[in-house]
Amino acid sequence: MIFLLMMAIPACAALALLVPKARFLPDDASLGRFGILVSGATLLVGLSALTAFDFSRASRAQLAVDRVWEPSLDLRFHLGVDGISLPLVVLTALLTFLCLLYTYRHPPAGGRLRLFTALLLVLETGMLGTFTALDLILFFVFFEVVLIPMFAVILLWGGPGRRAAATKFILYTLLGSGLLLAGMLLVAVNAGTLDMTELARRHGAGVPHGVQVTGFLLMMLGFGVKAPMWPLHTWLPDAHTEAPTAGSVLLAGVLLKMGTYGLVRVAVPSAPDGARSCAAALGLLAVVGIVYGALACLAQTDLKRMIAYSSVGHMGFVLLGIATLTPVGVNAALFGNIAHGLITGLLFFLAGSVKDRYGTGDLARIGGGMLGTAPRLASFLTFAAVASLGLPGLAGFWGEMLALLGAYRPDAALSRPAFVTFMAVGGLGAVLTAAYFLRLLAKITHGRPRDSSDAAVLTAPTVYEYAAWVPLVALTLLVGLWPKTLLAVTSGPVRALFGGIG
Amino acid sequence: MIQGIDYAAILPPVLCAVAALVVLLADAFDVPRRWLGVLTCGFLTAALVATGVLAAGERRTTFCVPSGLRGTGPRSCSYVADDFALLFQGLVLAAAVIVVLLSLRTVDTDDLPAGEYHFLLLAAVTGALALVAARDLVTLVVALETLSLPVFALVGLRRRDDLAAEAALKLFLVSVVSTAVMLFGVSLLYGVTGAMHLDRLSAGLRTLPADLEPVASAGAVLVLAGFAFKVAAVPFHFWAPDVYQGAPLPVAAFLSVVSKAAGFAGLAIVVGFGMPSLGDVWGPVIAVLAAVTMTLGNLMALRQGTAIRLLAWSSVAQSGYMLAPLAVGERRLSEAVAATVAYVALYAVMNLGAFAVVVAVQRSGEEPVALDGFRGLARRDPLAGTALAFFLICLAGLPPGVMGLFAKVVVFRAAVAGDVTWLAVVMAANTVIGLYYYLAWAVRVFVPSDAPEEGTARPGFAVRAAIAATAAGAVVLSVAPQLVLSAAAAT
Repeated sequence: MIFLLMMAIPACAALALLVPKARFLPDDASLGRFGILVSGATLLVGLSALTAFDFSRASRAQLAVDRVWEPSLDLRFHLGVDGISLPLVVLTALLTFLCLLYTYRHPPAGGRLRLFTALLLVLETGMLGTFTALDLILFFVFFEVVLIPMFAVILLWGGPGRRAAATKFILYTLLGSGLLLAGMLLVAVNAGTLDMTELARRHGAGVPHGVQVTGFLLMMLGFGVKAPMWPLHTWLPDAHTEAPTAGSVLLAGVLLKMGTYGLVRVAVPSAPDGARSCAAALGLLAVVGIVYGALACLAQTDLKRMIAYSSVGHMGFVLLGIATLTPVGVNAALFGNIAHGLITGLLFFLAGSVKDRYGTGDLARIGGGMLGTAPRLASFLTFAAVASLGLPGLAGFWGEMLALLGAYRPDAALSRPAFVTFMAVGGLGAVLTAAYFLRLLAKITHGRPRDSSDAAVLTAPTVYEYAAWVPLVALTLLVGLWPKTLLAVTSGPVRALFGGIG
Repeated sequence: MIQGIDYAAILPPVLCAVAALVVLLADAFDVPRRWLGVLTCGFLTAALVATGVLAAGERRTTFCVPSGLRGTGPRSCSYVADDFALLFQGLVLAAAVIVVLLSLRTVDTDDLPAGEYHFLLLAAVTGALALVAARDLVTLVVALETLSLPVFALVGLRRRDDLAAEAALKLFLVSVVSTAVMLFGVSLLYGVTGAMHLDRLSAGLRTLPADLEPVASAGAVLVLAGFAFKVAAVPFHFWAPDVYQGAPLPVAAFLSVVSKAAGFAGLAIVVGFGMPSLGDVWGPVIAVLAAVTMTLGNLMALRQGTAIRLLAWSSVAQSGYMLAPLAVGERRLSEAVAATVAYVALYAVMNLGAFAVVVAVQRSGEEPVALDGFRGLARRDPLAGTALAFFLICLAGLPPGVMGLFAKVVVFRAAVAGDVTWLAVVMAANTVIGLYYYLAWAVRVFVPSDAPEEGTARPGFAVRAAIAATAAGAVVLSVAPQLVLSAAAAT
């Protein structure tokens, strides 16, 4: 029931915002407070789910709601979480809350805050639903709920190229969801159930090999668009760059995870034979993504665009982890998911603040010397950049390291030489990642200010900016220094995923 | 031999046939034209109520082969009011009520002869109602013609309009050719099995000697062609855009919803009841038709500049989705038929809604309204604008248009369950093309208009009621799509 409540709060609040302006929350300030309150309440419910969750049995779906929706079609309203989805649920609630907190003082250019708040809340409902749904149809419905709100957020509050970016975003992701739907239904119809826990329990028993391969391939492409997997990523740089700050944070922080989460939750367990047949291809595309993302980052001149391309690389590591089909690799993927959500969320918040102050995201026009002109902002940016490049001791390190480790010893059915090659190339990608983040820091935080007269106008970060940054910094440190906090939650269910005892 | 007729079972079509005569007579006695519309609406509603009452009761059949002549064969009834027929009759009648509401103003402004208009409409509805309940080939063909003939006249009713005359002629020619082809197919099927009743036909086809199988297959494909015309499937689609544009808008709505629903019902009846054992013949044919229809329809819809032509091509594309489940052949056929039925029912609501808004925006005697004419509609007329955007999102199949999403899900599910995964993949690609033009149109509704705000013609009470009714239906079905899904699954 707790997740029903968690989704009902933002959904009802979004509906309440349909009440005419004059009657309810007439000004932007009260509207902003309302948004903070609602998403804060959702976060609190999420945290209480954390306390209600029995960590000793993390591999079971807990706190479940399971109602018959339509018996003739075998539709069920089945929600619940296990150790795989719980961290993502909390991450979603946290990032939405931080976005609304940030928006309170730093509203996106373009006004219409009421619609913006409502859309973010609908988005939150959809994201939470995706991570808690345990029925394939329900999962798909929530997977699609996020599309229109995100489309509208990019279209209405985005940068100059927003129209093309929003259209590209929705067309790509819809193509992905069409293939995904076909793949999921193909496996589900052959297995005779739509229940995700049941599908995972059966490990593809009774589904012919050919069906599994087709089904996994379709799901891989479908989730791959969202993740994004090279070469299906081309929507991402545009969408991330054009979206307003809150939109970029949620896109990078949560929406991309829906793809990799889906692979771990639906595709791999329901079609394990298919996964083994396609793993090498997935691994190959993943490392190509890692190297491609890094090289593209080296060539970027725009801050947001660079962070967007870095996502392609980081999600490449996550996909590589999944492709190994080992507990180590999948744990790495889930870890990388959370780490990327925290760090890239932080990076996009910071990029938004940089853009607010300099009026541009262009690296050359920002110039250097930010440590001198805006020391606090620059310090946070440095922290986020080194966290993102995978400095040991911070969250980014573990996901990448474990993914490479998983690739060194992949599942017995996979070709070891291929995966060791992937590991080597992925390691090269990690070095390139360090290179472009250091280049970024050298360009804008160090060096001399472009024009010393600019220095005076740069305002110090506001309380609301700190409020958005500090929790992410703290969690990056926490997860980085004690990776066990997260690994302990995910390792049980991941082992269960591969047939071991949870 | 005197045959008993169960008048209760055939009440809905009889009511409509009576209504048609009453309206014609009333017009002859100079009853004001407004009243003719009200009268039509009243009769249609009465028939709808009758359908509801029948649905609550037990399954009724009539015009059965008398027991003396039956021999050892099945019961063979020509008219069956089962759940399938009643669901479609309800759908046809509800859609017809909306079409009449949309017509009230058009009949006035376009100066159409009100008596004839409503008479023809009711006659066509009678044909549709009989078609969905027909269970033998002769009744099916006669009902199909009863549905088609009045529509030619309806399309050409706008006098002194070359476009309308051309559209009517085009529709007539294509229709006659396809009927001839279909009759030839029927004669082949009758020739090889000696049966007209679908249950006998089905039994006969199962025990067919091997040397007659090619003839039966040819017959099956030719019969399919007749229905392919009715539902505007490629390659029998090319009449649709011109006819939709030339016809009065409510008639176009009738063609794209009522006529199409009846066509799909007929197709499902023929393949489901009549020739399931030939599934390996008509299954692949339908699969190819579906794939080509949706792809061509969507690609052409991308290029359209006016609302009516976009709706025409998109409704061709939607026909492709509706055909897709039937591509499974005999395996899992009942599930596939349920999927098609569900899709048709959900599509009827959203497409009628979109048509209703176009009727509201279109001014009489002007060029068909361009897509850019919808700019700023949400500001000028919040009800119609928001409703249109919602209908389009439903047609694209994305939340918040959950009904469209579920329509898509059932069709995908039927296709992959019947081992035509390649068709599901084609469909996936097509939903993307569809989304592009639906979304581009929906976005226009919210974009402020460049042109100076002109006083828009008030759409009038009846059109508003039609928009409100379809919008309410769409919202209810988006919250509880299981209402239609379970009804369809029960057929």
